[in-house]
Amino acid sequence: MATTYRICPRSGLQFDTDAEKLMRFHAVAGVLSLLVGGIMALGVILTRWPAVKLLPADVFYMVLTAHGIDMLIFWIIFFEMAVLIFASSTLLRCRLAMPKLAWASSWLMVLGAIMTNVAIFQGESSVMFTSYVPMQAKWHFYLGLILFAVGALLICFIFLGTLVVAKAEKTYEGSIPLVTFGALTACIIAIFTIAGGAVILIPTLLWSLGYIREIDSLMYRVVWWAMGHSSQQINVAAHVAIWYAIAAIVFGAKPMSEKVSRTAYFLYILFLQLACAHHLLSDPGLGSEWKVVNTSYFMYFAVLASMIHGMTVPGAIEQAQRLKGYNKGLFEWLRKAPWGNPAFSAMFLSLIGFGFLGGISGVMMGAEQLNMLIHNTIYVPGHFHATVVIGTTLAFMGLTYFLVPVLFKRELMFPGYAKLFPYLFGLSMYIVALVMMGAGTLGVSRRHWDMAFAGAPMAYEWPGAAYLMMGLTGIFGVIACVSGGLWILQIVFSILLGKKLEEGELRSTPIPLTLPAPTTGSHVHPPATPGTLVLALVFLTAFILYYFVNWKYLSSLWGLG
Amino acid sequence: MADQEENIPVMQRWLDNPFLLLFLGITIPTVLYILWGVMEIANIPVAH
Amino acid sequence: MSAILPPAERIWWKQPIDKLEYTWIAIALVWSLTMFAMMIWWHIYGNQNLANETYKTTKEMFAAKTQAVVDKYTVRTGTAAEKEFPIVAPPAGSDIYLIGRLWDWWPIYELEMGKTYKLHLSAMDYMHGFSLQPQNINIQVHPNYDHVIKITPNAKGTYSIVCNEYCGIGHHTMVGRLYVK
Repeated sequence: MATTYRICPRSGLQFDTDAEKLMRFHAVAGVLSLLVGGIMALGVILTRWPAVKLLPADVFYMVLTAHGIDMLIFWIIFFEMAVLIFASSTLLRCRLAMPKLAWASSWLMVLGAIMTNVAIFQGESSVMFTSYVPMQAKWHFYLGLILFAVGALLICFIFLGTLVVAKAEKTYEGSIPLVTFGALTACIIAIFTIAGGAVILIPTLLWSLGYIREIDSLMYRVVWWAMGHSSQQINVAAHVAIWYAIAAIVFGAKPMSEKVSRTAYFLYILFLQLACAHHLLSDPGLGSEWKVVNTSYFMYFAVLASMIHGMTVPGAIEQAQRLKGYNKGLFEWLRKAPWGNPAFSAMFLSLIGFGFLGGISGVMMGAEQLNMLIHNTIYVPGHFHATVVIGTTLAFMGLTYFLVPVLFKRELMFPGYAKLFPYLFGLSMYIVALVMMGAGTLGVSRRHWDMAFAGAPMAYEWPGAAYLMMGLTGIFGVIACVSGGLWILQIVFSILLGKKLEEGELRSTPIPLTLPAPTTGSHVHPPATPGTLVLALVFLTAFILYYFVNWKYLSSLWGLG
Repeated sequence: MADQEENIPVMQRWLDNPFLLLFLGITIPTVLYILWGVMEIANIPVAH
Repeated sequence: MSAILPPAERIWWKQPIDKLEYTWIAIALVWSLTMFAMMIWWHIYGNQNLANETYKTTKEMFAAKTQAVVDKYTVRTGTAAEKEFPIVAPPAGSDIYLIGRLWDWWPIYELEMGKTYKLHLSAMDYMHGFSLQPQNINIQVHPNYDHVIKITPNAKGTYSIVCNEYCGIGHHTMVGRLYVK
């Protein structure tokens, strides 16, 4: 227990020194993965932009594989490990459990990430993020992923261990904070994810080494997606926690109801992972009962949970703003929000984009029969760029602006760009997601080098609108890549060259959390949130219309049975 | 303190127990998604 | 207190829930159950449900069955980029077999509008993606599984079958044909 504690003079947060260093380590590792993935993104869109078509086919598929893995696995999971450490050790004001093991695990993750990247860039492992059998990658492609997963799994256990330590050492009273509860949800989903990954990747590794003769392709898809999709559900739990955290940090917003928000998270814990079935709705051999129960997260209870969070986060902000006196009309609270604060604007764009673009499209394509309309089309990446880029990545990026002074103890450089960035990056990603979904609705394939089918004996000609939308994907994709690249530069410059800020007091013992006297009895009634309800109803209307338009489209197809 | 513990509603006590949540969050998808899915595949008949 | 601090009330479970929040939860629950019912309703009343009829098979067996249909019902031969493709017109109601392989769909079928056929899909090597255009019906195709789908074309025309599951360097050249007359 020879660690020290620092009280950050800017936020009042207390950092265990080991935990703080680990958070910085994971944030940096995450941003480096984002850098590699972002450069690859440029290669992908400049090739899929029909007028540019930059890369030859083999390089394109290699670059696409690297883009998928660096973004969907390495960037988000590294960052999420920092979030887990923050939500446990920092928010509970407690020492980190087993710091030595945490360091070993972190290095294992880095080793794994490097190994898989090396395998991809050697060129013989262009098997895409999904690495579907019977297409085979080199053994170190799988081994790298396994090492990374083992490291991440150990950090999940350290998170749980830290919860135990905090409770035993009584560093807080009552229940854990809502944000920590959200991180716990993410951690539980992560453990399921990693276990699923191990179950399928270890046999696949043995198969690539020749010890196993064959892996069944259908079995692979079912078990692999337990990892592939759930890993993105970790994101959902984590970025919703960050929405709550940013609302609390920027506005001092208090959850509308602990009971409702925690119950919504509980529904995530129970049902969110079932949505792995979204990927198998157009597969043979799996019964409709299995498909319907799983794809609907057991009667859409996890969608219900997301719709609850989608209301309670802005609702909490509305309450906080109305208490400050922004009471005029339905929306003064929103108009007077700090739109120039990048942590807030990134969080709000993340919330709206995740709901309207990612959420609605995700539920549409997750309906068993509707899935046939978009399975394996570029609609699918359109959807998950709305969830993973606009929802998760933008929220993480917004939080990073808060972390530079607090965690890295540096003043942010180029604050003017920080004001602009969430809009530039966020809104261009809105357009990218929309036009990709548009092209996918017309049938354009994902993971496809040439929509003009050069060299095909019987080429198909896509409608002009599909070409237009792929062109727009290119233009706005480049804007997003460049603005994201500038964001990385801004963060790296700030961390390395920014003005050093005051460290704050270093202590050898932690200061336990002291809460203001309990408010029981004299319960102040919080203001109502009509503005948020109106926003929610607008969302619901869009949702219902879009949902039934797609059923109408489906009904015009060939009879299938 | 012990007195207070007993007043806490059951649901709140469940939500305060990370290991119970972990158990549920692993078991439910493992049974409904993985085991049921694998059984579906195992039961596919053979073509003649 | 705020979301980054422990709840201020020791027993938060019993705090009253805001009326508007409650209203939204009720609406969201009704909508969730509606969407769930919609999938079941479509199984009963809808005409586009993906069949679950599937058999384990082998590549050899599936290729032989396909060959038998081609031998029996080929009406003419089409040529595309110096490759010859049999154009096969089986009678309505029959079993038709479509092979996905590196990098073509084989053979080409000629079907009648409004008639129902039992389409069998399987792959010979990697997975492939059956993407019927411009209909936009998309189905995953696995090796060693025979997926049987009853199809009833509802419009005449020339259709393309694009492969939309990545299957290697020639993936973008894997496009097949299907005629409905």
